Amino acid sequence: MRGNLQTWSLGEPTNSAELNLLQDTITSRMKPAIALEGISKSFPGVKALSDVSLSLYPGSVTALVGENGAGKSTLVKILTGIYQPDGGSIRVADTETTFPTALSAARAGVTAIHQETVLFDELSVAENIFLGHAPCNRFGLIDWAKLNADARALLHRAGADFDPTIRLRDLGIAKKHLVAIARALSVDARVVIMDEPTAALSHKEIHELYALVERLKADGKAILFISHKFDEIFRIADRYTVFRDGTMVGEGLIADVSQDDLVRMMVGRAVGSVYPKKDVAIGEPVLTVSGYRHPTEFEDINFELRRGEILGFYGLVGAGRSEFMQSLIGITRPSAGAIRLDGEILVIRNPSEAIRSGIVYVPEERGRQGAIIGLPIFQNVTLPSLSRTSRSGFLKLTNEFALAREYTSRLDLRAASLDQDVGTLSGGNQQKVVIAKWLATKPKVIILDEPTKGIDIGSKAAVHAFMSELAAQGLSVIMVSSEIPEIMGMSDRVIVMREGRIAGRFERAELTAEKLVRAAAGIVEAA
Amino acid sequence: MAETHLSPRNIPDRLEGRGARLLKSWESLLLVVACVIFLGNSLASPYFLDPWNLSDATFNFTEKAMIAFAMALVIISGEIDLSVASIIALASTAMGYAVQLGFDTPALVVVGLSVGLLCGTVNGLLITGLGLPSIVVTIGTMSLFRGLSFIILGDQAFTGYPDSFSWFGQGYVWWVFSFEFTLFVILAVAYGVVLHKTNFGRAVYAIGNNQTAALFSGIRVGRVKFMLFLLTGLMAGLASICLTSRLGSTRPSIALGWELEVVTMVVLGGVSILGGSGTIPGVVLAALIMGMVTFGFGLLNVPGIVMSIFIGLLLISVIALPILWRRARRRLAH
Amino acid sequence: MGKLLKNRELLLVGAILVLIALIAWRFPPFIAPTNLARVYNDTSILIILALGQMAVILTRCIDLSMAANLALSGMVAAMLNAAFPGLPIPVVILSAMALGAILGMINGALVWKLDIPPIVVTLGTLTIYRGLIFLLTNGKWINAHQMSDAFKSFPRTDLAGIPVLSWLSLVMVVAIFLVMSRTSLGRAFFAVGGNPHAAVYTGIDVGRTRFFAYCLSGTLAGLSGYLWVSRYAVAYVDIAAGFELDIIAACVIGGISIAGGIGSVPGAVLGALFLGVIKNALPVINISPFAQMAISGMVIIIAVAVNARAERRKGRVILKKAEAV
Repeated sequence: MRGNLQTWSLGEPTNSAELNLLQDTITSRMKPAIALEGISKSFPGVKALSDVSLSLYPGSVTALVGENGAGKSTLVKILTGIYQPDGGSIRVADTETTFPTALSAARAGVTAIHQETVLFDELSVAENIFLGHAPCNRFGLIDWAKLNADARALLHRAGADFDPTIRLRDLGIAKKHLVAIARALSVDARVVIMDEPTAALSHKEIHELYALVERLKADGKAILFISHKFDEIFRIADRYTVFRDGTMVGEGLIADVSQDDLVRMMVGRAVGSVYPKKDVAIGEPVLTVSGYRHPTEFEDINFELRRGEILGFYGLVGAGRSEFMQSLIGITRPSAGAIRLDGEILVIRNPSEAIRSGIVYVPEERGRQGAIIGLPIFQNVTLPSLSRTSRSGFLKLTNEFALAREYTSRLDLRAASLDQDVGTLSGGNQQKVVIAKWLATKPKVIILDEPTKGIDIGSKAAVHAFMSELAAQGLSVIMVSSEIPEIMGMSDRVIVMREGRIAGRFERAELTAEKLVRAAAGIVEAA
Repeated sequence: MAETHLSPRNIPDRLEGRGARLLKSWESLLLVVACVIFLGNSLASPYFLDPWNLSDATFNFTEKAMIAFAMALVIISGEIDLSVASIIALASTAMGYAVQLGFDTPALVVVGLSVGLLCGTVNGLLITGLGLPSIVVTIGTMSLFRGLSFIILGDQAFTGYPDSFSWFGQGYVWWVFSFEFTLFVILAVAYGVVLHKTNFGRAVYAIGNNQTAALFSGIRVGRVKFMLFLLTGLMAGLASICLTSRLGSTRPSIALGWELEVVTMVVLGGVSILGGSGTIPGVVLAALIMGMVTFGFGLLNVPGIVMSIFIGLLLISVIALPILWRRARRRLAH
Repeated sequence: MGKLLKNRELLLVGAILVLIALIAWRFPPFIAPTNLARVYNDTSILIILALGQMAVILTRCIDLSMAANLALSGMVAAMLNAAFPGLPIPVVILSAMALGAILGMINGALVWKLDIPPIVVTLGTLTIYRGLIFLLTNGKWINAHQMSDAFKSFPRTDLAGIPVLSWLSLVMVVAIFLVMSRTSLGRAFFAVGGNPHAAVYTGIDVGRTRFFAYCLSGTLAGLSGYLWVSRYAVAYVDIAAGFELDIIAACVIGGISIAGGIGSVPGAVLGALFLGVIKNALPVINISPFAQMAISGMVIIIAVAVNARAERRKGRVILKKAEAV
């Protein structure tokens, strides 16, 4: 079955148009390696996918683009047998099939390389590659010698040459990706899903990954490439599919579209109108951070935050932004440095002291650090403010409901009742609850870490509008974001971090996407 | 679902009244079970309904229930304390030792409670100070605390408690109401208020649901957990005073295996072993059910070990049945 | 040197050697080979049980019912022997193992099919299994004179200078080692405990793997049931009461992480041996045997503290210069 996958050589096309033409003629003749038709999937309260179709062709890279929450990860989970679709069909090599389990999807040749590498830290590299299909000797026992040798060969094919017998936990994130890719090669996959594979990689590693994608392509694999980075989409993808709010809103050849076209399809409106940044008179400095450093995470952090200002913190994932912010509220302790709030030196040893002094942090990982999904909305909102709503340690429910009502309505929360568990809300509404929770403490400084990650467009706009209004009311806002449009649309000033240090500072007037990217990637301007 | 149809500005506080919610709760199911067992007992034995017999029946669960209240808080916060029965043994041994030194009743009470607090401090420091998993730590201290009793007592026993000391386990406050039962009622109310009506109780739920988010929300997670282990130790010390007073003697094997019965009581009461949910009324009902089953079986001359089979089956079925019921309903819906 | 200290098994071997040296200093005959062989033989049952518990703990579960399972299987084996003295011993052993496996399957099925937390399931079955012994026997004992000689002598039989009991545990150690390191089921135990989420993506059925772990622990408890009853030549409701905690203690000392996914067969064996050495040494160096419980408690606490230090995740290293150090 797998043997009849045809491989071919593209020769040396002279330009990309020719290549795309060639690709087009090939794909039009080719049968898709896998075709989804009319796929729908609902969760309680959310329609994640409705009537979505997607075809992936051998030897072709299809970029799947869409805002966070557009249904991309749901689709990946259906393709890999983790979720079952409510309706629609999956055809593999022209035969209708289902993936009732992850194993059945793997057997049909579908593998995924995930955002957070889902591998096993305590097992060896070789075993991670072969788990579930290890080579056995004639007694049915795992043949470790063959396993390690095969693993070495696969790693080599993936462009890696480290020892397959070491434990995975001793590898960095980039090398873990390579292990995941070797695993995809080991099962002789015909469909490879790459879910934001470059998110945590360095510049050099990204280029190695591109080379690998080319090799997989030449091997005749059908590749689904999920990415938010347009430059890489236009660089390596042949086709595109755009999702918006759980529906497919466009597909075609990359050669036929521009970046602007894709963005318009993704957001469904012109980009300029998305960011409701108000012009605010910036006041005196509120928060001053000087000489902040940590043994392994960051150093030399100095900046001022002024009244009414939105200060953007841009950088690649893993640049140390969240780690620094968490040290500001006492989750970790810096080894040196000082904070002044309204001119007074402040020592913060834990989050409760930070909240009391008026510095709050809305964390990046909503599910793990922000929302308490098993508790009702009103209890989430009042949790950091209980000392204000209660009387000598005893709860006062009327005060709690009043506080929760005030802040959830200001954030335009959509919910059936305030007594509803937060877990039953959509991602965007959960995020509103989380932001309401920290605003209810009446802070002077609010730090928002990736405030719109993974939420729908409507909620995103609500969060942006509200952030703008907060600044107008005189609150000082720090916004950590990895989305360039958001950073450029919302910030008065931007600090770029790279490898734990400040790598650039920009005023709103001088902001360009290129400057941000260069500073974040450490590319020095050619003199 | 209905999210988009609602006007954002007026989200109601609650959709269903407290009555409707109460009716669907685990506690009402427990109440029905308790009534059925009560009815069954009174039909099965003519002696059951006698007030003094009922009063005697309460001794089956009061001491365990005291610990179960504190244990409920510990389990709701996502931890567990398996050392409680061993704390009883060590506290009892310490009191027995104090008797040999000529201490009188008030001093014995102080000794019992302090040993309980001390043991709770050891657990709390190991778990919150060093960040070790509570299940393993308390398996260790369970061995350690009872082991210390064995070192002190060997195969001997301490007796000779002063007469006034016997009041805690054998005395009556008014009519048929024993000291232990009265204490049980007071503690039930106190724990109910602490868990359901105070900021501290809310923090316990928040920690059990999502420890990291609770920490980010400014809750002193380590401090709250430490206090819970301290409280559990104190309750075990209190239970030790009652039990020692009731038995009038101390052997190192005193209260052997109680930790499992206490955990069973808590889980039967609807507290999730994974943390984050459960109520004190549920634990009270579970204590009443376990006490009545023990006593009813006793009246029918059924041996204690058969009763433990029943408790084991009850534990698994009260958790399994709702799961099976939900599945069956889902299958019917399709 | 740093690497050597990080290897839990070597650390444990070192601790056991130091322990034995200390004992030998107070009581030299302890290190006589015959005595050490006797200590091993005495620890054999604990070793077998620890192997089963290890498989369960690796999958992020726990089996509190092992000792009760042992008691019930042992009782049934003794009753079989008392009723049919002519029944060949291998048949008796296999029946005990089969019964143990069934009891393990009940645990596993409740965890797998109903998603009940393992600690609740085995807390429940622990009391049920022990209660069943009472129902079977009405609380009566089965004493030595009711057992056939073959039944009693089998584990003591000398084979190349070593009793069958020791041989059996050695065979089990090797067999479980092979299962753990050379079969996909064994590797699945590690995967399920190490990262259940990823295991699903890898095509491993988490619930089914846990079910098999309980089958294994049940089978080994069944085998131990026969061994225990024949070795001590008595069967009653309360045999091995509380032993479930010794088994877990052996695993914890052996470096098996209660959070799942980390552990090894040598670790489990060494953990059991550590407890075995202490138990056998106390009487000979004039420490009251009553101190044994407190000592194992201390050892568990120290072991879990040491393991936690080794497992503690390093913080994220972002600064390049810090990475170089």
